[in-house]
Amino acid sequence: MIKIQSINKSFGEKVVLNDISGTFEKGKPNLIIGSSGTGKSVLLKCIVGLVKPDIGQVFYDGRDFYAGDSELKTEIRREMGMLFQGGALFDSKNVLDNVKFPLDVLTSMKSDEKLDRVNFCLQRVGLENVNQKMPSEISGGMKKRVGIARAIVNNPNYLFCDEPNSGLDPQTSMLIDELIQDISEDFDITTIVVTHDMNSVMGIGERIMYLYKGEKLWEGTKNDITHSGVKELDDFVFANKVMNSLRDK
Amino acid sequence: MIKEIGKYFIFLGRILVNRETFKTYYKLVLEECIAIGIGSIFLVALVATFMGAVTTVQTAYNMVSPLVPDYVISQVVREMVILELAPTIMALIFAGKIGSSMASGLGTMRITEQIDALEVMGINSISYLVMPKIIASVLMYPLLVIVAGVCAMAGGYIVGALVGFITPEDYIYGIRASFNEFTITFALIKAAVFAFLVSSISSYKGYYTQGGSLEVGIASTEAVTTSVIAILLADYSLAQILLTND
Repeated sequence: MIKIQSINKSFGEKVVLNDISGTFEKGKPNLIIGSSGTGKSVLLKCIVGLVKPDIGQVFYDGRDFYAGDSELKTEIRREMGMLFQGGALFDSKNVLDNVKFPLDVLTSMKSDEKLDRVNFCLQRVGLENVNQKMPSEISGGMKKRVGIARAIVNNPNYLFCDEPNSGLDPQTSMLIDELIQDISEDFDITTIVVTHDMNSVMGIGERIMYLYKGEKLWEGTKNDITHSGVKELDDFVFANKVMNSLRDK
Repeated sequence: MIKEIGKYFIFLGRILVNRETFKTYYKLVLEECIAIGIGSIFLVALVATFMGAVTTVQTAYNMVSPLVPDYVISQVVREMVILELAPTIMALIFAGKIGSSMASGLGTMRITEQIDALEVMGINSISYLVMPKIIASVLMYPLLVIVAGVCAMAGGYIVGALVGFITPEDYIYGIRASFNEFTITFALIKAAVFAFLVSSISSYKGYYTQGGSLEVGIASTEAVTTSVIAILLADYSLAQILLTND
C-alpha cells in the first residue's frame, strides 16, 4: 500500500500540486485521472521520487520515502517497476537486453535463470519472437508491453504507469489496460496508473483519484464516477462523445 | 556561472556514491573504450599525419639561414607535436567528436525518460552512465595522443623526404637529438587531464538537458564550447605549473 500525505509542489510561482493526500491499495489498479496539465504526472513523479515535493510525505508500506536515507530510497526503488509514457526503452539494447537489464544490474541470478524470467515476462505480456528486435523496430504498443515486461521482471511490489495508453489505438489500449489489471491482481502489487483515457477509467477504474488544477477534487470508483456531483469531473467524463451519448440515453 | 560550476562539482561527487558492482562497470568501460578508442583512431591518425606534414613544410619554409642545420626542422616538429599539437589540438577534435556524442547521447536518454527509468530502478544514473565514459576517456585518449604523435612525425618524415626539404637521415637525427623524455610525460599528463575535462563536461551538459531534440542539439554545442574553453585554460595552467624551471 502506498499512502501520500499533503503533497505540495510548485515550479517557481506556479503551484502544480496543492495538498494532495490519498491511499493506493494493493492488488488492483489505482487511477489518477484529470485533464492535461493538472499535475497527474508530477504527482506520480513525486511518488516515485523523480521530483521532490516541496512539502509532503510518501509512505511505502509504512516506510517514509523522503524521510529515509539514500539506502532506504534505493531499497524502496528496487521494489518499484515503472512504465513510462514513451516506453523509455534503452535504444542501444534489444528487447531481450532491455527486459533483462534490471536482473543484470540488480541481481546475482545466473544467465539461464535470467533468460527464463525474461521469457516468462515477455510471454506474460503477450510477446514472443521479438527478443532480438531493437526498440526502433517494434510498434508503439509493443514498446509499451516490453516496458511492462521490464517493469515486472524483478518482481516489484509497486508498479507505476504513466499514460500507458497514449498514442495507442483503442484495441491495443484495452489490451494494455487488461494486462495492467491482471498483473496487479496476479502478483498482488500496488499499481498506480496515470491516465486521461475514459476507456481506461471505465475499464479498470477500481479506485480513482480525480485531479483538477493541482487539487484533488474527487475520489471513488468507476461505478460512482458518472454521478459524482462534481461539475469539473462531469465536464471531464462527459467530454467523451460516447460517454455523453450514454448520459443522454 | 558560479552556480553552474558548483552544480558541476556536485555532479562529479554523485559519480562516486551508490555505485554498482565492479562487474557492471567493467563491461561498460570496455564498450566505451571501443567506442572512444577504435572509433576515433582513423580521424586522429588522418588529422595528425597532415598536421605533421604541414608543420614540417612551414618550419622548413621559415628556416632560411644556411647556418641552421636541416635536422633542426624535425627537432622543431618533434617539440611542437609532443608538447602541443598532439595533446591539445587532438583534444579539440576529441571534444568535437566524442564530447558532442556523449552530450547528445545522454541528452536523448534524458528527454526520452531513459535516465528516469534507471533512477526508478534504484540505479545511480550518473554513476552508471558517466563513470564508464570518464574512465574510458582517461584510458583511451592518452593512447590516441601517442598514435597522433607517431603519425604526425611520420607525416613530417614522408613530406620532408618526398619534397626534399630534409633528408630522411637528417629527419631521424633531428627527431632523436637532444630529446627530453619529460616532454612525453608532460604530454600524457595533459592528455589525461583533457580527457577528464571533455568527458565530464560533456556528460554534465548532456545529463541535465531539458526539453526536446532542439535542446539536445544546444547541449551538444555547449558541451563542445565549454570543453574547448576548459582545455585551453588547463593547457596554459599545466604549462605554467609543469614547465617552469623555478
